[in-house]
Amino acid sequence: MHLGFPVSYRVWKVWRRNLGSFMRTWKVNFIPPFLEPILYLLALGLGVGSFITEVNGVSYSRFIAPALVSIAVMNAAFFECTYSSYVRMYYQKTFDAMIATPLSIEEVIAGELLWGATRSVIYAVLMFPVLLVFGVIDLPSSFLIFPFAVLAGLLFAALGMCFTAITPSIDGLNYPSFLLITPMFLFSGTFFPLSLLPSFIQVIAFAFLPLAHVVRVIRCFTLNSFSPDVLISLAWVLGATLVLSTISIRLMKKRLIV
Amino acid sequence: MTGNTVVEAKNLVKRFGNLQAVNGISFQVQEGEAFGFLGPNGAGKTSTMRMIQCVSPKTSGELRVFGMDTEEHPREIKLRMGVVPQESNLDPDFTVREGLIQFARYFDIPRHEAAPRADELLAFMALEEKKNSTVEKLSGGMRRRLILARALINHPTLLILDEPTTGLDPQARHLIWEKMRGLVDEGNTILLTTHYMEEAARLCDRIVIMDTGKILVEGRPDELVKAHASEYMVEADTSPDVMQCLKRHQIAFDTYGDKVQIFTRDPKEVTRLLLDECSMDGEVTARPTTLEDVFLKLTGRTLRE
Repeated sequence: MHLGFPVSYRVWKVWRRNLGSFMRTWKVNFIPPFLEPILYLLALGLGVGSFITEVNGVSYSRFIAPALVSIAVMNAAFFECTYSSYVRMYYQKTFDAMIATPLSIEEVIAGELLWGATRSVIYAVLMFPVLLVFGVIDLPSSFLIFPFAVLAGLLFAALGMCFTAITPSIDGLNYPSFLLITPMFLFSGTFFPLSLLPSFIQVIAFAFLPLAHVVRVIRCFTLNSFSPDVLISLAWVLGATLVLSTISIRLMKKRLIV
Repeated sequence: MTGNTVVEAKNLVKRFGNLQAVNGISFQVQEGEAFGFLGPNGAGKTSTMRMIQCVSPKTSGELRVFGMDTEEHPREIKLRMGVVPQESNLDPDFTVREGLIQFARYFDIPRHEAAPRADELLAFMALEEKKNSTVEKLSGGMRRRLILARALINHPTLLILDEPTTGLDPQARHLIWEKMRGLVDEGNTILLTTHYMEEAARLCDRIVIMDTGKILVEGRPDELVKAHASEYMVEADTSPDVMQCLKRHQIAFDTYGDKVQIFTRDPKEVTRLLLDECSMDGEVTARPTTLEDVFLKLTGRTLRE
């Protein structure tokens, strides 16, 4: 029993559909990426940061800037491929309409993942000038954020799509949001160094939390300070992206092709 | 009819866990034919349609569309097919016209070809005035017409319609029938499922009646009426006396609710008998039999859901 055929250029048709839909409301879509880093840098960088002289040798604003990019990359892709994909799949029946055309289910889901990653890149690109103006990221090494946001975006898109594939209803998506995304947001070396926590928590964080690796990579770009740890994190992100993308496409196929 | 087989199924089976949705059916649909699947809910019509659309894998048996295996060549088959699903899946994120152009992209139709095609189809379906509306603002009938327009965007030679007129008002239904008949007259092949016997009798060259995953009968609608029901149906209010009387005269009848039904070739004689010899005092009606009579005779009157 198989309906399998290889994924082709047709994934971009799915991607184009989502881009078209996104551009219809581009004004409202473009506001949060500008606003969020400003709010965080004012509240945490200037506010909280005034009590902190330095973290690992850099100002608090410069310490959290890469975390803000990482969190934006995570949220953009994860929420696109959970709630938004679920709405397209379940309420709008968009996927059903697509697979009645020459598109395969694999292409539809791969296109959704690529679109999720694209939203991450859009976020990163829009945040970039704000962070430059605040003077919290270094050039030119910070330009590496853009290609890396594609990979990290795919990772969080695939992670989200796995939950979308197994959730019985849209409310079920609240569980990974609260139980995975929120703790990850706080305990991935985002707002304080992971080295402050007991070593077993550090081990758990680097074993299971994708955001911990993404923050470590992006921080090395924005502070222009490379260390061998970064290569491990890059490999982790690459491996997890391949595994989760494959799993998410298989799970969605299992759900939709009956 | 040119004699080319467009859809061919042999011992086609579809199982969902323990549920046998399609139970070894075989049929052939010829090019240029309007072919109808009739049956109560749960008969296996939609499951069959979904396998033909290459979106649901068969459990066993053979299924070929345009001479190609549905699981080996889904892409080639789907390229030449138009689908009107039972449930609307129009894309609500686009306007009516943009949605059509968007959909054309899935078939590799570039925008400069898709745009005039979309305008042509909107005119064909009398939706020109709505081209800049969103799907949400369309009535049920308009949505149905738009789905039919969308199904034609790739110039399909095989059109699959799953209950195309369910829930529509008579005006919208007649418009859709007219368009579908026109498409068949142009040489396209149409496969449809329906609950409406009138729809099947009007539109289809050939039908099958399905129940519990099996094909019960196959043939031309008028021939099925002749073969499975006598030409006339006499209905009368029932009472124990009337039933006794009919039995005495050895006339076969069915009862449902407070009516007796008699299939007959001689409605005058049966009516006379009921009025004169069975001392009927209620209402007696005689009418030609319909496909619906055949349908109910074959599938029974039990509710399915």
